[in-house]
Formats: sequence, C-alpha cells, structure tokens
Amino acid sequence: MSNQDIATMAHLLRRAGFGASRDELEGYLAKGYEAVVEELLDTDAQPESDRFTMMRFQPQYYKPGTIQGMGGAEWVHNMVNTKRPLEEKMALFWHGIFAAGVSKVDHYDEVMSMVYKFRKYGLGDYRQLLLQMAKDPSMLYWLDNCENHADAVNENWGRELLELFSMGVGNYTEVDVRECSRAFTGWTFEPKLPRFPIGRFEWSFDYREDDHDYTEKTFLGQTGNFDGDDIIRIISENPACAGFIARHLYNFFVADEAQVPAWSVTPPRDPEAVDLLANTLMNNNYDIRSALRVLFNSEFFKDARFERLKNPTEVVIGALRMVGGSEFPAPGIGELASQPKYMGQDLLNPPSVEGWHTGAEWINSGSLMRRINFTAELVGDVSRPGIKNMVDRLIAKGDISPEAVVDSCLDLMGPLEVNSASLTELNGFVAKGGDFAWNSEADIEESTSRVSALLQLIVSLREYQYA
Amino acid sequence: MTSTKKDPVIVVFQLSGGNDYLNTVIPYADGLYYDNRPAVGIHEDRVIKLDDKVGLHPEMGPLGKVWDRGDMAIVHGIGYKNAPRSHFRSMDIWHTCEPDTLGTEGWLGRATRDIDPNKENVLTTVSFGPSLFRALALPGTPVAVVDDLDNYGLLPGITEEAQRTEILDRFARMYSPAIGTSAVMDYMGQTGLDTLEGADILKEAPLMYSSNVEYPDTTIAKKLKGIAQVHMANFGSRIFYVDHGSFDSHSNQLGMADKLWKDVSEGLGAFLDDLREHNVADNVVVMMFTEFGRRTRDNGSGTDHGAAGGAFMFGEGIKGGQYAEFPSLEEKDLEQGDVIPNYDYRGLYSSILEDWMALDAKPIVGGTYEKLPIFS
Repeated sequence: MSNQDIATMAHLLRRAGFGASRDELEGYLAKGYEAVVEELLDTDAQPESDRFTMMRFQPQYYKPGTIQGMGGAEWVHNMVNTKRPLEEKMALFWHGIFAAGVSKVDHYDEVMSMVYKFRKYGLGDYRQLLLQMAKDPSMLYWLDNCENHADAVNENWGRELLELFSMGVGNYTEVDVRECSRAFTGWTFEPKLPRFPIGRFEWSFDYREDDHDYTEKTFLGQTGNFDGDDIIRIISENPACAGFIARHLYNFFVADEAQVPAWSVTPPRDPEAVDLLANTLMNNNYDIRSALRVLFNSEFFKDARFERLKNPTEVVIGALRMVGGSEFPAPGIGELASQPKYMGQDLLNPPSVEGWHTGAEWINSGSLMRRINFTAELVGDVSRPGIKNMVDRLIAKGDISPEAVVDSCLDLMGPLEVNSASLTELNGFVAKGGDFAWNSEADIEESTSRVSALLQLIVSLREYQYA
Repeated sequence: MTSTKKDPVIVVFQLSGGNDYLNTVIPYADGLYYDNRPAVGIHEDRVIKLDDKVGLHPEMGPLGKVWDRGDMAIVHGIGYKNAPRSHFRSMDIWHTCEPDTLGTEGWLGRATRDIDPNKENVLTTVSFGPSLFRALALPGTPVAVVDDLDNYGLLPGITEEAQRTEILDRFARMYSPAIGTSAVMDYMGQTGLDTLEGADILKEAPLMYSSNVEYPDTTIAKKLKGIAQVHMANFGSRIFYVDHGSFDSHSNQLGMADKLWKDVSEGLGAFLDDLREHNVADNVVVMMFTEFGRRTRDNGSGTDHGAAGGAFMFGEGIKGGQYAEFPSLEEKDLEQGDVIPNYDYRGLYSSILEDWMALDAKPIVGGTYEKLPIFS
C-alpha cells in the first residue's frame, strides 16, 4: 500500500462521504478502490440509520415543527452515524439544488420530508426525483405553485424549474417559462388551513383537475396538451439538462466551479469531464449512480484532491466522524447541529432558492474563525477516540523526532499536503521540545500535549479548509 | 486625532422570536386590550404609565428611567405590508430590506461598506452573537463576529501564554501572502489575517476597561458590557449588533416575558449608565426591534405570531417620545386578527442612516421612505 493509494482512498471517502479514520481507510484499501466505489454506491446493502435512539433520548428534536433553530439535529445526528455516507452526501447535494427552506415554509418537518426524498431518490433516476420535487408540498409552497391557476398563471416554479433545477439560463425562452408554468397549473397541496390556532396539519400533494389549463402548449419546440409530467420528460430529453446536472455533480464532487448564476457565461473548468458525465446520464436514463460510478473512477476525480473548499456541513461532520465520541445523541446535540449554521450553512434554511454560494464564498472572518476553532477544539481533545488512536499510532513508532511527528500527523489528518512555508512553521512549532518520548507516564503526558497543540495548528492551516 | 467631533455609533438590539408589542407598550386605557387578553393581559396597576393611554411592561423599570430623562423613543406599529408571520422570513425582511423577494445582502453590511469602503478597519462593525446575522452580510466586507469577548480569538483552547503567542505568530506567517498561491488561498490568507488583527485588538478592550456600573449576571448584560468595552476602547467601531431571545411566547407568556424584559431592561439600563458614567454616551444610539408583533387576542396562555410590532430607540441623541400611531385594536381594523403596521421599518432605518450615521439611505434600504424626526 503506497502513500498515493491512501491519499486517493481518503480523497474518495471525503468526497463520497464525510471522511474516514485511518483504521477504516486501511480496511478499504484491502478491498481495492473500485470495489469501495461499488460499496459506497450500493447504499441499500448497508443498514439504515437508527432513528429510535434519537427519538428516545432527544424527542424534542424529532419533528420540531416551527421551533426556530431545532431543525437540523436529526439530520446532523444521522450524518454523524450513517453507514450510508453517500446517501447523506447526495441528500446534502440535492438540498443545495432544490433549495427550499423554513424561511418561508416555516415548518421543519415539511422541509425535512424533502431530505427523506433526497435519500430515497437521490442516487436513482433524476427525472423521478424531479417529479417528486414538482409534487413536494414544501416546494409547491416555496415557489408559489399553489397560486398557479388555470386562469391566473404564477411563473415562479416554472421559471426556477428551468433556471435552477434542470437546464440553466440560456437554454429556454420566456415563452417556454410561460408554457411550462401553464402545464403545472392545478398542482398544489392539501390542506391549506392556517396553522393557528391548532397547529399545522401535514401537507400532501393535490392535483386539482378543475384548476388545470387543458389548452395546447408549445414548449421547447414541441406542441401538445402538456401536463407537468410531459414538461419533465421534454426537459430531460434536452442535452442541456444532462449538462446542467453533470456540472452540478462536478462542482460538488470534483472541484469548485463558478457560482451557478455565472454558468451561462463561464465555461466549465473541465468541459470534457462535464461532457462525459452528461453523456453518461443521457445513456443511462439519468441514473445518478451510473454517473457517479464514472466520476469516482475517473482520473479527473482522482487528480482533484483538495480542489474544493469544504462546505460547513463537511467541516462539522467530517471533524465529528474523525475524532469520534459524538455518536450518541447527548444533551448539547442542538448546539452541535447549529455549528454549520454558525459557519454559514443553516441546514433546512438556505438563503434563497439559489441555494448556498460555494467555494471561497463560504469564507468570511466570522466563519473562518468558527471553522478553525470548532475543529481545533475537537482535535485538541486527546480523550476523543479518534485522536487517542492517532496518539497510539505515534506511540507505536517509539521515540521519534519532531519532524517525523509532523509528517505522521499530516499523514493521519489527511494525508494533507501543505506548502513548504507551512511545513516550516509546523516543524518550528514542535522543534524546541526535542524528540517525542513515550517511556513514562510523564513523557506520555508531555508528548501527548504537544501532539494536541500541533493538531490544533494543523487544522488552522488554510490547506485544511479544502476537501 | 485632532478632530473633537466623535463619529456616530449605532447599536442594533434584536429581540428574536417575535416580541409581543401589545404587552410591551401596553394600551392600558383601551378596554379592547383587556377584552382580547383575558389570559395574558397586564393589569393597569402594574403598568409603568407613560401617559394616559399607554405604559411599559412592569419589568421595564430601568428603561422607564431612560424614558423619564427623555432618552427613549417608541415607534408604534412598525412593520410592512403583507406580513408573512414566519419567524425566518420576517427576520430576513428586516435584515435585507427585501419584503417581496429573497435578499442575501444585509442593510448593515451595506452600511459597513459605505462607512469603510477601503476596509481599513476590521472592527468597523462588531457583532455579538454566534454567527453572522444576515443584516451584516455582504461578501467581501469584514465584520468581527464575537461570541464571548473574554474568550474571543483563534484557538481559545491554547491557553498557556508563551505557547499561545507562538502559535498565533506562526498562524500569521502561515496566512501571509506567498508567491504562486491561488486567488482563493490569497483571499483566505487576507481573511485570516483580518480575523487575527481583529482578535488582537479586541482582546485589549476588557483590559482597558474599568467601571463603577455593575451589570447583572445575565447573557445579554455580558454582551452589552462587551459592546461598552469595545466602544470605550476607541477602536473606531461604528456598528454593533446584539440579539436576545427567544420571545416566541406561544404559551406561559406571563412568566416568560417577565424574565426576558427584566434581563433586557436591567442589562440595557446598565449599559446606558456605563456609557454616561464614562462620558461616551453622546455619540451612541440603540435601536431595538423584533421580527413581528403577536396576535391581538391571546390563545389562553400565550400569543401567536402577528404583524405589527414596536421598535425603540435609546440614547442621549434621541428626542424622547412616541412616534407613529398606536394601531387600532378595533375588530374592523384588524387583519387576520392582527394589529396592522402603519409605519414602514425602512423609514426608521433611513432616519438612522441619514440623520444619525450621515450615510445615503436610499441605496441601502432600496428606496425612499418616510423618516421620523427622532434625533435631538
């Protein structure tokens, strides 16, 4: 097993999941890269997450309704514990695209039910997911399709469907927006009772035949008496749709792209890669699993280590999974679940229908300090099993030089690649204590404390902000 | 500095969760108030009367004193049309000045940019809260986000003095510009150095501070004391932001509101006293707002989400009194059971931006709105 193999496997697990411990990585390496890709893709082969522990010990976070700040706990708990990391990663992916949130829906349970759909349909046929979204009550309300009537068309959903959920600006006309919206008239939800004074009833999709516009429509060059299902079929037949989803996959799994609104004027970073993914989608009935299989096995993916900034959820979940010890839904889980929000990604509450801007836009002085301090506090805690394991691995090496400790820690934390200036600082930081010794209790305590400080400096590196 | 004129400072105080306006500025002389509030109505005898119509919540004693000295203004019935009654959306509307579309830029982010376009001071705007409030968000505009001033800074877990100095020195070198790095690395480098600089300056504030004013031992008082310390340290900060809550009183409102208003009033009272004791009160005003008021009729133990709310202004620069009209509680005037806003919040923002901060309000709030002659 070479360092290169470990680095590539760690990269795969960071992107297709939320990272992996060194023990896990070694287990994966024994299976081989392609087999691990298959294992990650075959989510159903792994058990579902246990929801009952959460419901038993922290029931207030299960279906918290409208209570501010309570929404993300169940999801965060699931991401920390899941045996199906790619399923959760895809849910996060789709949440950033079908970005509806409590800012308008005002009900965590309804937005969370979208996440359940992302889990269920997120790796399958994209067209099916799109249809699910078109019928999702949160989405219908978020984009006002409940106000889209046969005699009074509301274009909000119709426009965003084309602009943000399927094709992107430049691939349709204003007439297409209008015709598309007409096809979705009558797609609404029930019940629309106000939530006061007795609370919110669960919503479900409702098709109002008498509110649907049955006249002829011309959409993307085809003419007929189209309903919403037809629109989704016609959209998906357009290569622009496959290209758009492919670029999203590239942006989320491979390397940071321009922000979505700039896509119509900024070419992809790697047009060949996006084309390959788009063709894979077109040739496989929009099966997302097939596209990801090609993506994860490609050279452009393997070469893209640390080419994108971690989003806040990746920062938080990645750190929690690496250090371990937060699997149980203990008191304080609400505060833990708020951490992505403090870093600029309030789960279930995206800033707008455009989702979150990514890449460098995650970073401001408040969020950078939060990212560093949150992670540093965890890696500085040597009682955490993941950190303890790293120290044990160092102890197994016997007494070692400061440079060797820096090397090992960078390796165990990634393996991370840092520039020579950063390496000089890390080496300088641990140099003056001399060799790390483990011969007595006092030695171990002293050396462990130096490792703890070193790990905190490592997670402060700019390089550590990349996935 | 040779100029003796002090720069104006605004402290924005957010009451999160939807404060019940009708139980804060109580129309105790209006029988309709008691008709609508069989469970949570506050008896006339307990109200801190401001005139023969309205009075303050009984726990607002320290703010009653501010009123008595003419340093408190009440803006009645503030809000905007078609209130959505959702916490999240309503707060966004207050933060972004975009009632009709989803906005991502905050009004105070824009104000920060206009105050310090060249980003010369990383502490122009200091927020006391766990994360960046959307009101302060504007890409590329630095805002210091302080959770706890006493423990503010990078790597708070490294406490030993020498080690801390060394690790932060190394951090600064690791974040310094280097040839051949990417634009994103450069941007992160600058942001990291701004953060470090801000933290470095801010940590001096508590050391430079001494006061005879005792703040109560509450979270909100601690944050307000932090603001006083930073203001008195003369770092050139012009905008402060702080929040307290939750005021979301669907049930058991009476006890809940008592505690909240006791903490807010005592904390803010101490803050204003502290500034006055140090002769640094004349260039500071406080604006207090909430995302919405609550329903006119109570629900048996609390009140549900409503529309119009009330805002307050405090400070020596304020012309004390009541502004805009108290909304009518008559059944025919209610909308979905709520008192209706009769004054647009963007007018209050415009008053503050133009008549206090000396900024051009129109591009910040997105239009021209009726201002209030609220400054003395």
